Amino acid sequence: MKRKSVAVVGAAETTKMGKIPDQSVIGLHADAALNAMADAGLKPSDIDGVATAGISPVELAHYLGITPTYADGTSVGGCSFMLHVRHAAAAINEGLAKTILITHGESGRSRVGAGGFGRSASSLMGQFEMPYGVTSPPTMFTIPVLRYLKTYGLTEEDLAWVAVIQREWAAKNPRASFKDPITVDDVLNSPMIAWPFRMLMCCLVTDGGGALILTSADRAKDFAAKPVYILGTGESVETPMVSQMEDFTSSKAFRVSGKKAFEEAGIQHSDVDHLMIYDAFAHLPLYGLEDLGFCKPGEAAAFIRGRNTAPPSNGKPGGKLPLNTNGGGLSYMHSGMYGMYALQESVRQMRGTAPAQVPGAKISIAHGVGGMFAASGTIVFSNEAP
Amino acid sequence: MPPRMLPEPTPETRHFWDGCSKGELRLQRCTDCDGEAYFPPRPFCPKCGSRKVEVFKASGKGVLWSYVINHRPRPDMGTEPYAIAVVKLDEGPKMMTNIVGCPQTPEALPLDMAVKVKFEKQSDDISLPFFEPAGA
Repeated sequence: MKRKSVAVVGAAETTKMGKIPDQSVIGLHADAALNAMADAGLKPSDIDGVATAGISPVELAHYLGITPTYADGTSVGGCSFMLHVRHAAAAINEGLAKTILITHGESGRSRVGAGGFGRSASSLMGQFEMPYGVTSPPTMFTIPVLRYLKTYGLTEEDLAWVAVIQREWAAKNPRASFKDPITVDDVLNSPMIAWPFRMLMCCLVTDGGGALILTSADRAKDFAAKPVYILGTGESVETPMVSQMEDFTSSKAFRVSGKKAFEEAGIQHSDVDHLMIYDAFAHLPLYGLEDLGFCKPGEAAAFIRGRNTAPPSNGKPGGKLPLNTNGGGLSYMHSGMYGMYALQESVRQMRGTAPAQVPGAKISIAHGVGGMFAASGTIVFSNEAP
Repeated sequence: MPPRMLPEPTPETRHFWDGCSKGELRLQRCTDCDGEAYFPPRPFCPKCGSRKVEVFKASGKGVLWSYVINHRPRPDMGTEPYAIAVVKLDEGPKMMTNIVGCPQTPEALPLDMAVKVKFEKQSDDISLPFFEPAGA
């Protein structure tokens, strides 16, 4: 895509976050959408493009009273919204629509009006993974990790550090689900879920939603909020079966998506002021930092332990690469498809309105995963006008 | 305990499950390009796209590549923690499985341990390929 040709002009999460038993899935989509429209000063009739995952874009458009000329139902798991942003930017540049609304809503915890997550017994997963007792993501997403730890001589403690430092960021965020400080021992003594994964290495299960509104950069300056420009984008997919990942120590989808986004943006790693890496589990920031090229293979754990991604603490300055500054899926919230919240935090950081604001941040990356390393999407944002 | 979740073969995977019932671990390879084995089953080569592929009987040997020990068992899997493992076969492909014939503990399940296939009949149509320590 053409750099900075498209901008985010509306961004918001659901009014409530965490446990929301009085709203259904479609209700959460609509709540986030209305908040984003209010943020942008727009009405449903101003929107001419819709994109969503989890529900159909048809359901979304009809519920909100939108008659779109563009609809994207790309559904590749939690990073679907990164792909929606990427596709929307291309669509706006191609004139398919002028103002595109991307929504997410999920009743992950309360399960109000929520669909199932079942797989047919004749699908490849149904035949070659389900018979062996996999349940939900904690028993699938985690399967490659022992190989990663052995390859690089790392331990469970390295996973625990990821959770500990992200909790430090969460403490600065009033909307975070968990804000109390935790230690490595706390993580290693939390209940066993699927060895080597303890409860505090796994994401939360909450309710919530979020929405973004994108338009062309030349129209963006007419909106109230500071425009957040899209500098580069990437996406890729690898396999629906975690057991068939090419390399258990690295995600091919991450590498391909990240490389494309960096190339489109025309930036170096040293240009990045703020980073979000979708953390459904504690190993994801390790894979993400390495596969995006911020760390060499096997070096991300030491990078995190060395407080390079940590907030300021006890008078000491924060790390050079603030990571998951909302607290992440481990501490902020995780409704099921967390990618939207990573995007929201990147937009807040670029607007200068984040609860744990990175001073002077000019470039932010939101990197997402879909399924169990199945898919990936990467968005590079900038707050500097073209 | 509810009955164990079992695969439902499709025309493209039938040879694999028939093989399991007959005590054979069947893989496929391309006869047009490099002849490298691949899995899961499909009627074309995932490398070059050729439909000229053949089914062959694999050695049934491999190493324990990675795993988790699920402490929250699925209802059809009983009540005790069990390992959900990926084995890297000597022929190259990886496959998910369970490791049988040894305790389900990190100590009993070192990575790179040699394993061999062991079929266990689940129904008239389905035998599942599990793996056990090669020394067993």
